Amino acid sequence: MQTLRYILMRLAKAAVILFAIVILNFCLIHAAPGDPAAVMAGEAGASDELFLQQLREKFGLDQPFHIQLWKYISGLLQLDMGYSYRQDAPVWDLIMDRLPATLLLTGAAFVLSIVLGVVAGVMAAVRVGKWADTAITVAALLLYATPLFWVALMAILLFSVQLGWFPSYGMESIGSELTGFRYWLDVAHHLVLPATTLGLFFTAIYARMTRASFLETAAEDFVKTARAKGLSEGRIARRHILRNAILPVVTLAGLQAGQIVGGAVLTETVFAWPGIGRLMFDALLQRDYNVLLGVFLISSAMVLLFNLITDLIYLLVDPRIELNT
Amino acid sequence: MNAFMKNFLRNKGAVAGLILLSIVVIVAVIAPFIYPQSPWTMVQRPFQPPMALDGFYFGTDVLGRDIGAGLAHGARVSLIVGLVSTLVALLIGLPIGALAGYFGGIWDDILMRFTEFFQTIPSFALAIVIVAILQPSLSGIVLAISIVSWPPVARLVRGEFLSLRSREYVQAAILSGLSPMNIIFRQILPNAISPIIVLASLMVASAILLESALSFLGLGDPNVMSWGYMIGAGRTVLRQAWWICVFPGLAILFTVLALNLIGEGLNDALNPRLARKGR
Repeated sequence: MQTLRYILMRLAKAAVILFAIVILNFCLIHAAPGDPAAVMAGEAGASDELFLQQLREKFGLDQPFHIQLWKYISGLLQLDMGYSYRQDAPVWDLIMDRLPATLLLTGAAFVLSIVLGVVAGVMAAVRVGKWADTAITVAALLLYATPLFWVALMAILLFSVQLGWFPSYGMESIGSELTGFRYWLDVAHHLVLPATTLGLFFTAIYARMTRASFLETAAEDFVKTARAKGLSEGRIARRHILRNAILPVVTLAGLQAGQIVGGAVLTETVFAWPGIGRLMFDALLQRDYNVLLGVFLISSAMVLLFNLITDLIYLLVDPRIELNT
Repeated sequence: MNAFMKNFLRNKGAVAGLILLSIVVIVAVIAPFIYPQSPWTMVQRPFQPPMALDGFYFGTDVLGRDIGAGLAHGARVSLIVGLVSTLVALLIGLPIGALAGYFGGIWDDILMRFTEFFQTIPSFALAIVIVAILQPSLSGIVLAISIVSWPPVARLVRGEFLSLRSREYVQAAILSGLSPMNIIFRQILPNAISPIIVLASLMVASAILLESALSFLGLGDPNVMSWGYMIGAGRTVLRQAWWICVFPGLAILFTVLALNLIGEGLNDALNPRLARKGR
């Protein structure tokens, strides 16, 4: 019952934030350069002042601010995010077409970075001061300082151009028409480089965090007790220390969700991954503000979703969590 | 101060960072003297690999521009954008955090919800949107970076103020009738300054990363040469000319690494009690 209330509270909070994001988005659309009517008229090849006036009336651009905001919100509730005149399609359709690819990429990168980061962090902490610890710490420091898009380019240079192990472009082999299992294998092959490069930066963060948290927990009294009971070191590390040490990592992972979604723009651009990040880049080049802000809105919503999921995971990992917050 | 210098210099990483950063700063300062020509001018045949021509140690790019000149002039842009946007982010985050932590109650609630909101929005996507709306320019980039990077400052300052405001010297200042502004800026802030300095040095590093990513996407100021732009421009010819992308990337890596190392060194030196505590 309490758990249900906690989840409902979180949902309500997410809804409030989403509403605020919608308003921010509306303001940004208004701040975008270019009168939408002039843009539409330009696309239609007309610049007659009367025609502009008609367009403004038709799309309600002459209405006061709050009415336009209301129209925008009610449009959103009907999944109407405006129209892309460049691509000649509703923005919602464009985004939904691309969203699965982004969810696949960010999800894979997220899981990879957490698993790899926690494993590396624990390995470093267990061998604190030895060469393995130094190597992992230095690697984390370097990864943390490297621009994501540059790592992606270097990965292409090494693994695609030099070694030819992985494809550097797109999500599936062009014209192969594979189906079923073979198709997914092909997608997975294409996914390796983008997901790894996107995940590596976060791997560095989680590794450092896990190492610090693990060392801190290992100094606590209950670990001494466990050791005094004669438990094996491996069992202490896995069941006693790690379970407690992983909590701050989960918190951090929730906070980093926004960064992963942002990083997807760069990764998708470099690897021509057909997701919403790539869509955003194309919209940017064409100054297609409807699409640009539509992607911004959807990616904010994605972050909220990621945050909700980590909250739920936290609930599972740490039963002590205060439910009334 | 002496003890601080000693602590700082004992940290090998921090010293290495300081040396690396000094090199970058020196290159940035003398850039107009070693490469007097604009980094945009085409000075040689395009696609010359490094060392192939005398005086062109880093090769030339797709249009025959000297990559060495781009690297040197790009250092200026990176450092300036990193510094200025960190300053602006401090100017936004400091007052918000200070007010929230000092006054507490409803102020704290409102300001922290506001901060949380900005932390939820995917920051890189917001930065892209802001620069796209403002049109690419140096000031637009600085503004976008500071708008997305102030929330950690506000949270840190709030935390410091919350713990410091119940100290006796603050109570005494309140009793002696000092104005809240005076107490905030002249009594509490100086005592909260060391974690802020540490955070600021790390923020300069992430601002440089953010700037390079924005100009990589083509959102850089079209009038100034930047490392991110160079990588973005060389991306399409990666297979033929690796050096166009590799050198600017290494420059970013070294600069950001140096700043991170210095930040950690400062952290250890300014908070000796916390130093090496599982870092």
